[in-house]
Amino acid sequence: MATVIPLSGAQAASSRLPHAASTTLPPRVEEERGPARGRVFEAISRSEAFPSEIHESLLAEPAVVEVRDFRLWYARKQALFDISMRIPRGKLTALVGPSGCGKSTLLRSVNRLNDLVDGVSIEGDMLLNGDSIYGRSVDVIDLRKRIGMVFQKPNPFPMSIFENVVYALRIDGVRDTRVLEEVCERSLRGAGLWDEVKDRLRESALQLSGGQQQRLCIARAIAAEPEVLLLDEPCSALDPIATGRIEDLIEELKGDYSILMVTHNMQQASRTSDFTAFLYLGRLVEYGPTNDIFLKPRLRETEDYVTGRFG
Amino acid sequence: MSAPEKAGRKARPRRTSSRVLSTTLKYLCSASAFLISGILLAVIGYFVSIGGSAINWQLFSELPQARGMEGYPGGMLNAILGTCVLLVLASVVGIPVGILTGIFLSEYGSESRIAAPARFVCDVLAGVPSIVVGILGYELLVVPIGHYNGYAGAFALAIVMIPIVARSTEEMLRLVPNTIREASIALGATRAHTIMKVVLPAATGGVVTGVMLAMARVASETAPLLFTALGSRLLTLDPSQPLPSLTVHIFNQATGPYREEQTQAWAGMLILILLVFVLNLAVRFSLRKSTLKLG
Ligand SMILES: Nc1ncnc2c1ncn2[C@@H]1O[C@H](COP(=O)(O)OP(=O)(O)OP(=O)(O)O)[C@@H](O)[C@H]1O
Ligand SMILES: [Mg+2]
Repeated sequence: MATVIPLSGAQAASSRLPHAASTTLPPRVEEERGPARGRVFEAISRSEAFPSEIHESLLAEPAVVEVRDFRLWYARKQALFDISMRIPRGKLTALVGPSGCGKSTLLRSVNRLNDLVDGVSIEGDMLLNGDSIYGRSVDVIDLRKRIGMVFQKPNPFPMSIFENVVYALRIDGVRDTRVLEEVCERSLRGAGLWDEVKDRLRESALQLSGGQQQRLCIARAIAAEPEVLLLDEPCSALDPIATGRIEDLIEELKGDYSILMVTHNMQQASRTSDFTAFLYLGRLVEYGPTNDIFLKPRLRETEDYVTGRFG
Repeated sequence: MSAPEKAGRKARPRRTSSRVLSTTLKYLCSASAFLISGILLAVIGYFVSIGGSAINWQLFSELPQARGMEGYPGGMLNAILGTCVLLVLASVVGIPVGILTGIFLSEYGSESRIAAPARFVCDVLAGVPSIVVGILGYELLVVPIGHYNGYAGAFALAIVMIPIVARSTEEMLRLVPNTIREASIALGATRAHTIMKVVLPAATGGVVTGVMLAMARVASETAPLLFTALGSRLLTLDPSQPLPSLTVHIFNQATGPYREEQTQAWAGMLILILLVFVLNLAVRFSLRKSTLKLG
């Protein structure tokens, strides 16, 4: 575990907006920084292990997902290195980092979607509410039913809006129309789509606009009341207005669901998330409360990234 | 002033040439489309002008008559029914096997070692002259049984059908974006459930088109039937006996010496085209009714 280096600058907290790009940084005072700073990338380039900088406030949070020493290879290429992190229950955790750093890989490891990719091998384990995800006796199908996922591009099934939403229940063989209709309405309301589609539930989902399709995918993902919701850049294929609606929606879902969200958009991360994890080249670099990560990151690398100095 | 002007003058020729190229391409494409439609219309027109006069209700309601008999040359009811029987039997085997093979190649191919050989065999089989398939049917189902029969004909047609259906199904399933498979798997569906409920429905239109093409192709095959179903002048629906078919009937009449029969052969071709056309429309119509309008 890394040492805690309190940031002495009193200027850090209140005066700065969390919006990275619009922030002007005060001149950096080198002496304020602890021993770990500036060394992370060096360590990575020498392929050395280094401890992730994990803020203590996370330890108090009950974890919905716990990642334990997780490593993953695509064939012979290692994509994740010794990741250990706890995803807090009932909170929104953002995964940020430059393209190709392994955010999607980590996300897709939680519901074992990477099992579908040829040549993937893993070490370590993850726990979903205390149950092993990668243990030998785990039923992957049952595991996936406990996890909801929304992808980068809206991907509705070629069936009616109604059937899309109740897909997870159909898998379980639910036939009772009353139950299905109830779940459909609740999920669509939850995804803020009910009023727009309530009169055409039997029409094809492919006729919806991109933003509506993405909200439909969210409704589909929450229909089975998952224990954790995985979002992989859910807004990146949408226009600003649709993005705004989805962001509002995510904000609303936050209390009821534990959410792990990948995003490229620093403003989105700072605006919506409770905790932020910064990944770089397959390593977890720094992980803490979003305000701290954006306003007083402990590592220079994190600060450089969230302020847009690289990435 | 002069610099942008120069740049503009330099850029213009390139733009003109690309515009010429794009216009030329457009006209070439339209010309080809006209040409192909023209050829089709010419063929149909030719058939109609020669065979059209021979088309009458008799063709659909009577059996062929030998020369000298009353009612000569008669109709081709037995051949029409025989073709339908052969087509149904071949489809009952060929379509499911073809589609299942296509599913295997597309959905399970990446993790199986026999996928590449299977794909290769399909391609070879699709390229084999259909008379060779007829000989295969002869060896496997005519020689052991002792006489020509409809099952052997249907078998040969199914062999022609399978690679066409398999490869077109595979291509169509591959066009389905992987992310909807992942979405289904992520919701806890099994691979089989995902394929049946999501992947196949997403590709229905393409898969059906492939099946239609294969059926049309098989309906118009003659060579595989010559050594198998043989043909018959009788009205029979029994596939264990020699079975008449439109194509073989047309072949026999067209190669015969008599003018009346040759004219009837042209009419037979028209009927064959009509049959394929009706089949096509029927499937498309029922499909449109039974599924949602997608995408
Ligand atoms: N199916 C795959 N096969 C082989 N390598 C892969 C595969 N998927 C991802 N990778 C590699 O793993 C690394 C991490 O990829 P990943 O998609 O997790 O990155 P990411 O952080 O989500 O990037 P982005 O922000 O661009 O989505 C990359 O170097 C990528 O090339
Ligand atoms: Mg990604």
